Amino acid sequence: MRYTLKITITLKPGILDPEAHAIRHALTNLGFRTEDLKTARIFLITLDTPDEGEARAQAEKMCERLLANPVIHDHTVEVMG
Amino acid sequence: MRFAVVQFGGSNCDLDTQYVLQEVCGIDTDLVWHRDGLKRHYDAVIMPGGFSYGDYLRAGAIAARTPVMAEICRHATQGKLVLGICNGAQTGSEAGLVPGTFTINAYPKFISREVHLRVENTSSPFTSHYRKDEVIQVPIAHKEGRYIAGDAVIRRLNQENRVAFRFCDRDGTISEAANPNGSIENITGVLSKEGNVLLMMPHPERASEKVLGSEDGRRIFDSMIAHIEEHA
Repeated sequence: MRYTLKITITLKPGILDPEAHAIRHALTNLGFRTEDLKTARIFLITLDTPDEGEARAQAEKMCERLLANPVIHDHTVEVMG
Repeated sequence: MRFAVVQFGGSNCDLDTQYVLQEVCGIDTDLVWHRDGLKRHYDAVIMPGGFSYGDYLRAGAIAARTPVMAEICRHATQGKLVLGICNGAQTGSEAGLVPGTFTINAYPKFISREVHLRVENTSSPFTSHYRKDEVIQVPIAHKEGRYIAGDAVIRRLNQENRVAFRFCDRDGTISEAANPNGSIENITGVLSKEGNVLLMMPHPERASEKVLGSEDGRRIFDSMIAHIEEHA
């Protein structure tokens, strides 16, 4: 079966996100009032596996081995079908 | 004695590092293209600075997954020396050679300037030619150099004397003002548990000749050479 995975990588709570600060600052300059802003990175990966469980397992391994850095990142995996 | 400087796609301090080792320190030093692998015995492997693979994903992340990296990790496991400088440090931390990571500077800008470092450890193979608490001047040039690790890791690094260098002012005071990138506890040089791997953001190869304004960095290479000679 062909599955498309949506893998979202975010910074762990408490990890400084200077990029988010800069973007929020620019939004403020444009007149937007925001309470918080976080950045995230999304990977859309299509693969062929026997079932959804295997697709998820592969995604977890990809996160562990490359896509996320466990020191600073959390990740979520969504199977989009 | 022979050193290797490993070249990844996008390394750009490889030739400077080889020049210092070969011409200034007088050590045979091979440039090793990552795809060629470590084909012979090396006493020390250096991962140089640069922008391997365009810093895609995270600085050093792609280089850390090249096959040569497994060979470098094996070389380290055998107790031989590995030095990661700047992008080489990012790569080494991505490969898990030391705990923690080097990530985007607190003020997210590329910083290229001289900094002062306080030498914290003088017993490692990389730092024996320094005096404890000596203040040295070495340049930095990075945007992803903020060292961070969990509290438990930082405690362990301190207890095990595995912090080689901290950013300081010219008098050796460790302060926030003297911390260019926001690294935890001003840490910018970290040793592995066995002490045979050093990952550091500053560029010692750019401070190895008088004409460059500082020779303070050269003593890292001299320390490594002395260590290898002693253990030959």
